[in-house]
Amino acid sequence: MPEITYLEAIRQAMWQEMKRDDRVFLIGEDIGRYGGAFGVSHGMLDEFGPERIIETPISEPSIVGAAVGAAVVDMRPIVEIMFMDFTLMTFDQIANQAGKMHYMFGGKATVPMVIRMPGGSGTGAAAQHSQSLETLLMHMPGLKVAVPSTPYDAKGLLLSAIRDPNPVCFVEHKLLYKTKGEVPEEQYTIPFGVADIKRQGKDLTIVSSGIMVHKSLAVVNRLAEEGIDVEVVDVRTLKPLDNDTIINSVAKTGKLLVVHEAVETAGWAGEIMAIVSGSRAFDYLDAPMRRLTGKNVPIPYNRQLERAAVPQEEDIEREVRAILKGEY
Amino acid sequence: MPKAKSKETLVEKAARLGLSNEDLVDMLRTMYLIRQFEYMADRLYALGKVHGTMHLSAGQEAVAVGISRATRKDDYLINHHRGHGHFISKGADINLMMSEFLGKENGYCKGRGGSMHIADFTSNNLGANGIVGGGIPHSLGVGLAIKHRKSDALVITLFGDGAANEGVFHETLNMAALWKIPSLYVCENNKYGMSMDVERATAKLPIAQRAEGYGIPWYAIDGNDLLLVYETMKNAADYIRAGNGPVLVETQTYRYFGHSKSDRNLYRSKEEIENWRTTKDPIMRFRGQLVEENIITDEFADQLDKEGLKINEDAVAFAEASPEPDPSTVTEYVYA
Repeated sequence: MPEITYLEAIRQAMWQEMKRDDRVFLIGEDIGRYGGAFGVSHGMLDEFGPERIIETPISEPSIVGAAVGAAVVDMRPIVEIMFMDFTLMTFDQIANQAGKMHYMFGGKATVPMVIRMPGGSGTGAAAQHSQSLETLLMHMPGLKVAVPSTPYDAKGLLLSAIRDPNPVCFVEHKLLYKTKGEVPEEQYTIPFGVADIKRQGKDLTIVSSGIMVHKSLAVVNRLAEEGIDVEVVDVRTLKPLDNDTIINSVAKTGKLLVVHEAVETAGWAGEIMAIVSGSRAFDYLDAPMRRLTGKNVPIPYNRQLERAAVPQEEDIEREVRAILKGEY
Repeated sequence: MPKAKSKETLVEKAARLGLSNEDLVDMLRTMYLIRQFEYMADRLYALGKVHGTMHLSAGQEAVAVGISRATRKDDYLINHHRGHGHFISKGADINLMMSEFLGKENGYCKGRGGSMHIADFTSNNLGANGIVGGGIPHSLGVGLAIKHRKSDALVITLFGDGAANEGVFHETLNMAALWKIPSLYVCENNKYGMSMDVERATAKLPIAQRAEGYGIPWYAIDGNDLLLVYETMKNAADYIRAGNGPVLVETQTYRYFGHSKSDRNLYRSKEEIENWRTTKDPIMRFRGQLVEENIITDEFADQLDKEGLKINEDAVAFAEASPEPDPSTVTEYVYA
């Protein structure tokens, strides 16, 4: 199986589906000759032309609005928002328009569109180019939210997203773009709402997404040498969420740590804990459920401050050990 | 755009525009139907039969009828929150509209939308919007789809004077001009955004002259002159269908009712409302011309008015006899 990057997997998913379905088009800022801020759409303008790789002025609300309009008349737009932070400018179109149309029109409108957005910190881009806003998107009825962590998941989830009759927010972590993994050349889909157990274990369950899956796995693989056996559940999609896999895992291990980069207050770790505490897994818990998240601060510029703002491997390791030692 | 001759009679004008006497009568009929729908909506609210809010368009009927007559059934409509008239003039079923208004399961949106979110995707009516200006950018995507399909349909994008101060208005006009989007943008200037007078909210009038900055042809017209609306929209539609890109038309009109059900009209005088009603009413003006030029009699015009009332009374009976949505279905339709 060929090994390609996360970025290439995303491009391949779009490319192949645009070849297959002429209703699919990409719209956004600097996605043509420049290839998008991160180079995801590099080469696509030459292949598909300016009618299907639609470069826009800097007008985020109306870019998303244009996609909503195209979607309701049966096109399949993919929007690239340059940084996830800029979705805050487009929230009317995402939440009030795209997310609600199917419901408020009594099921008679469908809005099959994808909004791709690079999120996350670690690039020194500071407070307005580094956020993890997936909780806001999860909160809105009518939206789906995908948070792929590997090239394989990115390609399969993006194809599902494009074919989904609902608006999908597709969150790409910018530090993952250059990571590599095996990805089949042919098209395949990964269904939404199916978590992936990235590592089996019996002592503790980590529930995570995106880059935090990799950080967790790095820690857990080291701990395995000491005989500590941690299970890592990658949610893959935050909405819909695979409650069963999480509940079954916690019922098996009896301990839960949720790790996410987004800030703590009202972050989705609380949602996972609520699901577990309201389920059969509650009876199996033998330690308090814990969350390790971004601090409640804007992402700072300075390298050391930026590291301190979001969970790092040493934080995950300390937290896992503390839970297993019964310190809480 | 050909300028109407000052001495032109209604008959001459209609002949020039290719409208038959039947067309003219039908236009009056539709205006009465809209007016009676709005009166009925107000009455139902006063009787405590309406759960939610509503935004009535009585006084603005010529805009809706002029646009729908000048465009095609397969043209797309992006509506604003004061959209009953446009929906009716595009051929909506009054029964299903009234059912939606009363929140019934057989309404256009199965009672999930109400007055502010009536849509009928089967007739290319892409829905009214509760967010001021929220629908404006949708025109870009609908236009891109029209171009992709190499169709000569257009998208009618409606919004009010208030929405013209939203950022998406400017963003969209810019992109529509760049991409020659086949959209007929209509700013229905009814003088107030809720209570805010257009003259206090808009640095330079008319609103439509803003199109100049985007290289888009624009017109600011009397929106209560039915045939002027018709003629302007027809010419604009022809221009757009020929692939020339968008046009912005500002129709200057007036709403008789308050902004919504909570409005006590504290920001305008009774005299102002009365002046518009008695001297500029679009229905009375058009009816007067039809009678004066012996196309119809006063009695016949009264008959059209009564027909409009009857259709709405029947619709109320239909809607009241219709089932409420089952509360157990509240979570349906969140996802397709």
